[in-house]
Amino acid sequence: MNPADGAGTDARSATTLPRRLRLALIVAPLSFLLLFYAWPLVTLLRRVLRAGVVVDTLHRPGIVEVLWFTCWQAAASTVLTLVVGLGPAWLLARWSFPGRRLLTAITTVPFLLPTVVVGAAFLALLPDRFAGTPTAILVAHVFCNVAVVVRVVGALWTQLPRDLGGAARTLGASGFRAFREVTLPLLRPALVAAAAVVFLFTFTSFGVVQVLGGPRNPTIEVEIARRATQLGDVGGAAVLAMMQLIVLALLVAWSTRSQRRAATRFGLRRTRRARPITARQRALVALGALATAAAMLAPLVVLALRSLRPREGWTLRAWRTLGTTELRPGLTIGGDPIGALMTSLRTAVVATVIAVVLGGLASLAIAAAGRHGRMLDVGLMLPLGTSAVTIGLGMLITFDHPPVDWRGEPWIVPLGHALVGIPFVVRSTLPTLRARPPGWIDAAATLGASPTRSWWHIDVALLRRPLLVGAGFAAAISLGEFGATSFLTRAGRETLPITIARLLGRAGDLPRAQAFALATILAAVTIAVIAVIETLDREPRDG
Amino acid sequence: MNLHQPHRPATADRPNRPRARCLVACAVVVAVGLTACSSDDDADGTTTTAATTAAPTTATEAPALTEAPAPTGSAGTTEAPTTTAGPGGSVTLLAYDSFVTDGTSLGTALDAFTSATGVEVNVVIGGDAGTMVSKAVLTAGNPEGDVMFGIDNTLLSRAIDADVFDPYESTQHDALAPALTELVPGNEVTPVDYGDVCLNYDIAWFTDHDLAPPTDLQDLTDPRYRDLLVTENPASSSPGLAFLLASIAEFGSDGWQQWWTDLRDNGVDVVDSWDDAYYSQFSGSSGKGPRPIVVSYGSSPPAEVIYADPPRTDAPTAVVPATCFRQVEFAGVLRGAEHPDAARLLVDFLASPSFQSEVALNLFVYPARPDTSLPPEFTKYSVQPDHPLTVAPADIAAHREEWVDAWTEIVLR
Repeated sequence: MNPADGAGTDARSATTLPRRLRLALIVAPLSFLLLFYAWPLVTLLRRVLRAGVVVDTLHRPGIVEVLWFTCWQAAASTVLTLVVGLGPAWLLARWSFPGRRLLTAITTVPFLLPTVVVGAAFLALLPDRFAGTPTAILVAHVFCNVAVVVRVVGALWTQLPRDLGGAARTLGASGFRAFREVTLPLLRPALVAAAAVVFLFTFTSFGVVQVLGGPRNPTIEVEIARRATQLGDVGGAAVLAMMQLIVLALLVAWSTRSQRRAATRFGLRRTRRARPITARQRALVALGALATAAAMLAPLVVLALRSLRPREGWTLRAWRTLGTTELRPGLTIGGDPIGALMTSLRTAVVATVIAVVLGGLASLAIAAAGRHGRMLDVGLMLPLGTSAVTIGLGMLITFDHPPVDWRGEPWIVPLGHALVGIPFVVRSTLPTLRARPPGWIDAAATLGASPTRSWWHIDVALLRRPLLVGAGFAAAISLGEFGATSFLTRAGRETLPITIARLLGRAGDLPRAQAFALATILAAVTIAVIAVIETLDREPRDG
Repeated sequence: MNLHQPHRPATADRPNRPRARCLVACAVVVAVGLTACSSDDDADGTTTTAATTAAPTTATEAPALTEAPAPTGSAGTTEAPTTTAGPGGSVTLLAYDSFVTDGTSLGTALDAFTSATGVEVNVVIGGDAGTMVSKAVLTAGNPEGDVMFGIDNTLLSRAIDADVFDPYESTQHDALAPALTELVPGNEVTPVDYGDVCLNYDIAWFTDHDLAPPTDLQDLTDPRYRDLLVTENPASSSPGLAFLLASIAEFGSDGWQQWWTDLRDNGVDVVDSWDDAYYSQFSGSSGKGPRPIVVSYGSSPPAEVIYADPPRTDAPTAVVPATCFRQVEFAGVLRGAEHPDAARLLVDFLASPSFQSEVALNLFVYPARPDTSLPPEFTKYSVQPDHPLTVAPADIAAHREEWVDAWTEIVLR
């Protein structure tokens, strides 16, 4: 359990699998990454990066402020999110109560709603004096990212033996001390993983910062989009994107290293969630669940209300006119919300399958291989830290001639979503694989199983639950993804977030109310998708 | 090859399924991951090709198009489908994201074009106008489509300098407003519509406070209008840039800085996007924000009436005509287009009466043909300025970055 021990077992498990199998595992995720991420990015950089551009961009007034603001708001958001998220993570991982799955689904929704929509909801919720301040950004970031802590930390927390804390308390430790000295260190790999993801997301935050932060508080990501799309300075945007990528690559390298070292190995039988028994436990669980639900649902309720109350008085007109109904002869708002919803769902299914398969393979490869696995681990995280604008523009000028004339292919959209979904699958599965006690493989070997066979029956089988968690994330990301999609979408294949953003960009009560109605539908569908995935995840049978 | 593929979802999504199946296969046959996945791409290629050849339009029909005689006037091409049924094929139209064809009369108009000429139109949405132009500049010579629609005069020079367009004088050229066609003497693009970015104010607020609304830009620095205006960041928003250009047109390239300094001292609020300004900060919209003056479009008051819920017969907002900056939107044939002849037909169509009559209610802009009739709301609730503010496209291209950076220093730091 100490770092040296962790590294030692890591090296040992690396030698148990045949080399050919390890290579085979690595090939699919690696080719995917090289083909659809590295190649477009390098193509774009080669096209637009010139020494002069780098110098110009770095000497632009205000660039230091932008960098500094990006860093500190991301660090503050990450710390706050971890602190706030531990409560719900504990509640959902350790306790069994009616509506637990629904609550899990509800906490996930803010994470995947298009940030434009979250921003609009918060603008309506927060008092006016907070608009345009860093405080508003931090609050919204915590709201959006609590799901990461609940999911990633919760996945490991359900596997911590319940009696560990109890043993500490029997030995005289207070509840807090038992948590600080036993539970927290055991959760560390998941905490580091969650922190890295939250930092990545808040560092590259775009929609929330743009809507809530106002023009005085731009992040690097916002500056990249401005330069590339409004000022036509793609070179300057690429310089900033590279700066962002370097910072985040260093962070990711540190965090994966730290996760590997802190990997905890203990019995992996999932602890059964306890039912609250004493009056105090019941009150604690009930209050916690209600508070979490209220905090997560408040902005969603605001969305629904605004779809019903566009200016003054209640009306269902926005809902009735969704789709292609004529408002009056010759006048339609247009778009096909149901079609967009179907496109979103189809896209999410394909993206999830790609992400789960490649992410699962990558996880097994990373866990089984030594240094190459760690490089793959870092590499797969990089798309999260690269601005969608840069990847979108890169794909545009890379896949533009036969045999890779793919610019208009419909599958390029779910593929882009999978690029963002894979790291979540890896982050969800890797802690479990690393937590597997090395004794299991040894035991299998003693019983006469070949290394490959024991790997198949132990590591691959262990992946089922964390893969479900990862699939939930991948589906959620695909449903809410906006940035890359907006670069690759064609008419008639709009996803729901694109339709919402388009409606928000028009004057008049009705398009606005329709946008909120669609956002409500998106939230409801997401809750349903996550709830279904949760019910697939039955408590394990003994054995 | 994708360019020929119709944009109907049913056919468009077909290639997804073999991919998903193949990926499942990848998972099962782990050991042959590499070969499975590289053949996966081939599989997609073949599936797409199959779908394409099954579609009514194929690449092999394209050569016939080049032999077709040049089109002779849009009235014939669009309203007499049986006599001028054209050579077939397809054309890809790049447009900005508010160009909605699904279930709108814009879509109906494009269908009419298809039945008249036999040319199928695939629409590709390129993001907002700025994004679309950035993409076009990067892909100049090997474009994503054949025609681009929606590039405006604030972006035009950037695209022309990057040699994005193939010059073409439309058959409709002489029917368009001369003030608009004069902007492009080289005919790189053809004007299709125009709109104004103007101050909008909340009529009820000014009545309630017994205050006269501002009549020009200079008024805004008057202490009476302190803390009343919200505008957009020119670095991230097209109306924000238009408003900065309006101030440059009004006060000159040496005077605008002082005006903005005064405006800042007078409590101007700046937000990043038009929808934030209009819906969250402006008191005249359904968002009921705190500020009664906003930088928005000349067509916003008509939109407030047309989309009012519940319906209303008076506009809650009005424009200040002397503050309007004119934005002209153009369409052009992209250099390197796969279907240049069909592209020219489409540009002619965009400038023809049957398309021009649809732009007002769909895009909330004014048609470039002066002979097009306008919906009554446009004449009743908005005012078109006699002398809109404007800056030459070449000046905008040359100074845009410098002006925006200087503005940021003055107003935001």
